[in-house]
Parts: sequence; structure tokens; C-alpha cells
Amino acid sequence: MQQSNAYIITFSVILTVILGLLLSGTSQVLGPMQKEAIALDTKKQILGAVIPLEEIGAMKPQEINAYYESHISSIVVDISGKEVTEQEGTAVTAEAVDIEKNYKRPAEERLYPVFKYHDEGSPEKVKSYIFPIYGAGLWDSIWGYIALDTDMNTIGGITLAHAGETPGLGARITEPEVQSRYEGKTIFNESGELVAVEMQKGEGKDYSDNPHQVDGLSGATITAKGVNNMLKNYLVNYQAYIESQKSSSAVAAL
Amino acid sequence: MSAETLEKKPAEALLSKRRRKLVSDPLIDDNPVTIQVLGICSALAVTTQMKPTLVMAIAVIFVVVMSNFVISLMRTTIPGRVRIIVQLAVVATLVTLVNEVLKAFAYDMYKELSVFVGLIITNCIVMGRLEAFALGNKPYDSVLDGLGSALGYSWIILAVAFFRELLGSGSLFGLPIYDSISGLFGPDFSLATNGLMVSPVGAFMILGLIIWVQRTKTGYVEH
Repeated sequence: MQQSNAYIITFSVILTVILGLLLSGTSQVLGPMQKEAIALDTKKQILGAVIPLEEIGAMKPQEINAYYESHISSIVVDISGKEVTEQEGTAVTAEAVDIEKNYKRPAEERLYPVFKYHDEGSPEKVKSYIFPIYGAGLWDSIWGYIALDTDMNTIGGITLAHAGETPGLGARITEPEVQSRYEGKTIFNESGELVAVEMQKGEGKDYSDNPHQVDGLSGATITAKGVNNMLKNYLVNYQAYIESQKSSSAVAAL
Repeated sequence: MSAETLEKKPAEALLSKRRRKLVSDPLIDDNPVTIQVLGICSALAVTTQMKPTLVMAIAVIFVVVMSNFVISLMRTTIPGRVRIIVQLAVVATLVTLVNEVLKAFAYDMYKELSVFVGLIITNCIVMGRLEAFALGNKPYDSVLDGLGSALGYSWIILAVAFFRELLGSGSLFGLPIYDSISGLFGPDFSLATNGLMVSPVGAFMILGLIIWVQRTKTGYVEH
């Protein structure tokens, strides 16, 4: 088969066009379903900070959506803790805030969603405050949701996720056992300083009498450091809001 | 003139002996993983549990069969000089399609398999069958050959995953097996899970044992 250069080039161009159309067509058709899947996954992660993961695992998608609707209300704040309802003319909702895109902006310009977990029918009686966190692991991004009790000090729970950490090492941050290590730890020390909670180097030690330290991941120190930095940075960014909620709940308790 | 000077060759049966061999050979005698030793990477990486392994197997079957079919259809038109690149483009498109479908309909599996679905492109079995068979054979035969190779690969990784999940996590498809049989032979009877099986070292060992058993049974010796 005599194949001239013209034939080769024409063939390649046609093949590229066909494959390109096929891929973009698929992307268009599947796009909405993928967005739904991702939104559902985000809701699962947010709820995962306050409800045990096995419970969420047993729920069907409609149940998760319904539970989220009735138990989570959300607002968006800026770095000074003030509520933000619109930006550049468009309304802002917590679920629509893209944490990853926001991370690229300087901390003072970001939008900070806050998810409040409450019982069905009583949105004023908040049981937990859930904050999204985002940072860098060893290979790629890591993110998650941290839940604080109403004293704005004790951690109720945390969910962590990653884009490309090593399976068996850094990827272990998604394990329920690792995430449960944060439950009950506090983020402020006795002098009222925000010290957050740090994952220590090495694994297997007991840190139950230290409220600001959790057991680490053997072989995944860099990912653990990434988690520590992510927690510290975002808690500092949310600190204005946290302090304002602390003082308002202290007033309410009087 | 005789009425039948040229007797038309009867069309080959859809599942003739030759064609059945195309599917059955790669299952045991010419298994891509244990005999040809191809596609080992994913055989170690995803097989910690059976569920992702099953999804991986289905994905590989789809990619190998479809790419064999497409390349075989195009085999007379592909310019020789860009042969490998064309194969790569087709395989990459198919793998991306699989990834997008997973992302839309099975997001949890998509998260669990992460990069390994994309790595099907690098799986030697895929390109191997295209070069060795699809480029020189008709579409239907190529589909059968692809099916055989992919099934041969699939049963091996499922076998490895079976042992790794059972011995390493005490479960199968997520159902706890060790927990349910503890206490069966007396109150203190319980089986401990073997952490080695969860790491790639365990996968190597299981794979090696399977290769040993299989080659003993078929009498295959490398020359």
C-alpha cells in the first residue's frame, strides 16, 4: 500500500476530529450526571463530619439529599467573619462556592462557607459547625470538612479526602479510624490561643491525654504535615467567625 | 458449463472450533498474565479488594474488545508509519470514555480506582493484542481474541483479589467472612488477618503461586 505523506496527514486529522467529537460529546451528555454525583459526594463528606460513615453508607442518594436539606443550613462569610450574600453582583450560596478555586486567591479575598448542622425543623439550634478545609498533600491536593461543637473548641469529627496520595500511605487519611482520632480534641489551648490539632510523626502512640495532638501515619509524614497545615490555615482564616460565635453563645448562655 | 464451477466456500460458523479456540486459549494455555507475563502492574495494584478488581476487569474487557474491533475495522486504512500512535489514540479515547462513565454512574468506584483506570492505556495486554492480532485479522475474530485475552486477565486478577481480600482483610466483596466464622470451632477460635496480603508483596506472592500451579498443570516451559 503506497501511502503518501498527504494520506497520512489527512488520516490523522480525520481521526483526531472524530475522536475529539466523541470525547466532547460524551462529556456534554454525561456532564450533568457527573455534577450530581460530585454534589452528592460533597454532601456525604459534609455529613460525614457529624454522622458516622456507616450510617451514611447505608443511605440511598435521595435519603442523603433529603437529610442534607433538613439538617444543614449554610452561610458564607469572609475572613473577618461577616456574612457575605453576594459577590460581584451575583448571589452567593455555600454549596456553590468552589473551595479549590477559592484556595488560589489570597486568604483575605476568599469566600468561606459555613455549614450548620441542626435538628430537623429547628435551624436556630445549631448542633455543629462544619468548615471546609483545603490544602496540599504530598502529590496533589487534599481537602475535607471539620465539625466543631457549639463551644467552638471541641472537634466533633472530620472527613478527609485526597486527589492522588499514595494508596496505603497518604491515602489512609480517608480511613474512618484515622479520622476518628480527631474526635474530642480541642483547637484552643488554655490561654485562648488557636493551636489547632497536629498529627504527630510516627504511629502507634497514645495521645489521649493531649488535646492538641493525634497519632500520625507511619510512612506518610509529609501527607500528615499537609493535613496539619491545612487545618491550621483554615482554622486561622475562620477564627474571626469562630470568635464571634463563641461570644454570642456565651451571651446566650447568660 | 457446469452449474457449480466455483463452489462458494461456506461461511465459517460463528463459533467454529478455530474461533472457540481464540476465546479459550488465553484462559489457561496462553494466559496473558501467567504465561505471557503481561499486565502485571494492575494485577498488583487494584487487587486488594474484590469489588474494585471486578470493576477493573469489566473496564479492561470493554477496552480490549472495543479497541480490537475498531482497529481491525480500520486495519487496511491505517498508515504504517503512524500505526502505534493511531492505536494509542483509539485506546486512550476508549479508556477516557470508561472513566467518564464511571464518574457519572459509579462515583465511589471512580474515587477508589482513581488513576488505575487511566493506566489501562499502559496495560501491555491492550496494545499487545492490537499489534499481534487485530492488525492482521477480521473484526469478528479480533473481538473473540480480545475477549479471550481480557477474560484470561480478568480471572487471574479476580483470583489474586480473592486471596488478598480474604486473607488480608477477612472479607469478600466487603462482607465480613472472618468475623462470621469466628467462634465456629470453639469460643476462642478466630482468624487473624494477614497484613502482608494487603501490600504489593502479598500480591507478588499470590501471583507467583498461581503461575507456579498453572504452569505445572499445563506443562508450559519457557525456552
